[in-house]
Amino acid sequence: MTTKIEIKQVGKVFGEGKQAVEALKDINLTIADNEFVTFVGASGCGKSTLLRIIGGLEYHTAGEVLASGEPVYGPGADRAMVFQHYSLYPWLKVMENIKFSRQLKHGREELTSSEVEKASGRADALLALMGLQAAANAYPNQLSGGMQQRVAIARALMGRPEILLMDEPFGALDAQTREVMHDLILHVHKLEKATIVFVTHDVEEAIYLGQRVVLMAPRPGRIDTIYDVPLPAQRDQDMKHSPEFLALKKEILARIRDTSGMRTDQSMLEQLNMEQA
Amino acid sequence: MRRKSPQRSARPGIWSIRGPMSRRQYWGFALVGLLLPLLGWWLLSHMGTDDSVFMPSPLDVFRRLIQWYQEDDLLADMWISIYRVTAGFLLSALIALPLGLLIGTFRPVQAMLEPLTDFIRYMPAVAFIPLVMLWIGIDESSKIAIIWIGTFFQMVLMMAEDVRRVPLAQIEAAQTMGATRSEIIQRVIFQSAKPALLDTLRVTMGWAWTYLVVAELVAANSGLGYSILKAQRFLQTDKIFVGIILIGLIGLVMDQLFRFAHRKAFPWLYLRK
Repeated sequence: MTTKIEIKQVGKVFGEGKQAVEALKDINLTIADNEFVTFVGASGCGKSTLLRIIGGLEYHTAGEVLASGEPVYGPGADRAMVFQHYSLYPWLKVMENIKFSRQLKHGREELTSSEVEKASGRADALLALMGLQAAANAYPNQLSGGMQQRVAIARALMGRPEILLMDEPFGALDAQTREVMHDLILHVHKLEKATIVFVTHDVEEAIYLGQRVVLMAPRPGRIDTIYDVPLPAQRDQDMKHSPEFLALKKEILARIRDTSGMRTDQSMLEQLNMEQA
Repeated sequence: MRRKSPQRSARPGIWSIRGPMSRRQYWGFALVGLLLPLLGWWLLSHMGTDDSVFMPSPLDVFRRLIQWYQEDDLLADMWISIYRVTAGFLLSALIALPLGLLIGTFRPVQAMLEPLTDFIRYMPAVAFIPLVMLWIGIDESSKIAIIWIGTFFQMVLMMAEDVRRVPLAQIEAAQTMGATRSEIIQRVIFQSAKPALLDTLRVTMGWAWTYLVVAELVAANSGLGYSILKAQRFLQTDKIFVGIILIGLIGLVMDQLFRFAHRKAFPWLYLRK
């Protein structure tokens, strides 16, 4: 198993001087090629910041990040990102959004006619894979939230990124749509052979999708526990009711509560109850 | 036996908060809103004294309009004013657009230009008239310069804000697809901000017209603003009315043209799901 992403002693401080806030401290993690890793944790644990550091959209103030063995200095086409929303180009139709990267110098470098043909073949294939054929000529704002995220995923995959970074991509979708998207992204992972790093606040989502679940804790943001998900590689929705799944979910939820500082709220409620009694 | 009353409509009335309204109702109310002031004006001009210097009646104003058209070359006054406003406005837009893009995109440019622009825009355009006459002279370019001073600084700041409102996720998505800096500016930031920029042009076009009278204070001998100023000297109240109303109407037409262009250029903003 080869290593795809290496995070070594990474730290991140926002701001300067007295206002400085330590968002991440001493992060060490190795992610294998073609692995699917999910990040969960209480808000403020720095999971999104870490993802953005891997993507090169945020810079780390300590340590080193290697993607495919190269140090990360800013964003690149090898690490495509899918955002929660507002990332599609509303002035472009669905197919034009998916082909956006083909218009960039980066995408034009190898411009033989057979490769151009291959590229439009790939755009058609992604359109089909995402179930978007009927919407190819629609504008993004004519689509539902779930369909918009399908376009965003297809667009990110268009340039064959080795790493796909997903920042709460389904956070704004309703529960039913999210389930459909889960199976879709697992299918994509199987077909595309990309390494996927997925940030979410939904523990069930993290377990269902991830081969490993990385639990982060806040103040300062750090890796608390890494769980190997005891489920077969081929997931299906019924596994969400299996004892292994439920046990892991319970364990992770408890750990998040312990690390989030939410205990005070609990004791506050108890105190309130006692006062009322 | 009691008869059933006819089915009451579930549609809320037009006076419910942000209630629905049909197109016909909308235009009905719009017409009332336009005709009521006209009626009020007519009544006011016929009450008390028949002093048409103090308050000319709509009919006086209409007669003056015809006379201006037939004897004093109204069209020439209109065209020269439209020319001055449009030229000053276009000159503003031409410089403000690249500057706004740079201010909204690069922090050093913002730091260098935004406080300065903020400072200048509070300076009254009228007060620049002597300086403009001194530096530029008293020909056409001086009138255009006044309109430029009145619109440019506001326009730069509004355009910079339009550019800053481009969602970060749109920019970052392009970065993770391998876009270069210039590609992001051309293919994402500018494209994304275009509808807002056109709206800014529409709003500032209206402001450009409000500076017309000021601009034609500068040694003009034609134009709607100049005619208003001259009519003031001869107490031709009806002519002042004509000038003001015409400027309002031209502004309204231009505004509608911009709205039309907006709908044509950015169809995705006017789609229904």
